[in-house]
Amino acid sequence: METDFTPLPSFAGGLLIGLSAVLLMALLGRIAGATGILSGVVTPSGIREWSWRAAMVAGMASAPTAVLLVTGTLPEITVPVPLAYLVVGGVIVGFGASLGNGCTSGHGVCGMARLSPRSIVATLVFMATTGATVFVIRHILGG
Amino acid sequence: MRIVSAYLIGLVFGLGIVISGMANPAKVLNFFDIAGTWDPSLIFVMGGALAVAAIGYRIVLRRPAPALADSFQIPTRRDLDLRLIAGAAIFGIGWGIAGFCPGGALPALGTGRIEVAVFVAAVVAGILAARLMPKPGAAAQRKQ
Repeated sequence: METDFTPLPSFAGGLLIGLSAVLLMALLGRIAGATGILSGVVTPSGIREWSWRAAMVAGMASAPTAVLLVTGTLPEITVPVPLAYLVVGGVIVGFGASLGNGCTSGHGVCGMARLSPRSIVATLVFMATTGATVFVIRHILGG
Repeated sequence: MRIVSAYLIGLVFGLGIVISGMANPAKVLNFFDIAGTWDPSLIFVMGGALAVAAIGYRIVLRRPAPALADSFQIPTRRDLDLRLIAGAAIFGIGWGIAGFCPGGALPALGTGRIEVAVFVAAVVAGILAARLMPKPGAAAQRKQ
């Protein structure tokens, strides 16, 4: 299924993602990695460490409603894969990102912006395996 | 103050994710499908986010401490290990199967779509499973 090429909204959204990372560092001194934040919510280590992460997840989840209030429509989300793919993929995503200490936001944005060698390597590795996985599923298995 | 700040920062992040298209698995998977229905939009997300974060971090990290906490908590390790590389490789496989990453899915949760909740629950299960793996420090201690 084709999707529209949207360089301007994508760039503008990217600026906001970068801004949120800078604000989190400036105010709370933390890396804005979604997996680390979710991990801190589901495996709490004290109310002080839990509360800001829970608030941040709540803020993230408020974004579609904010978009709805301004534009009158919810953001477009098209899931082109069966539910089983979300279950299997989700477990693998959570496991791998925990093992590797980061995902797209933690390594790909925050770590790359700090020129962390670990994050640069992790980002190159997961971009490669994501691309390879999509190729295998769509063009070899024909999913 | 910390809680309100964190909520608003989460909102900015979430707006960035939904405006950029990162919350839409169809778009994410097309970004990686160079041999098929390629949509290069997401390179612009990465470009915009990295430009702001790289410049912003440089300015912010000159300060002695963050505004609402005692110190900056930044990873200091620079070495590469198997755990990092294997973890990243595994993460990418899951991302390629599902089309959601955690940063894309948490904002998408707010649409109330059941598929997103299923994905996030599965991610949580994966996070908990990873905690059962032996820590690298523990393995090193056993060797001594």
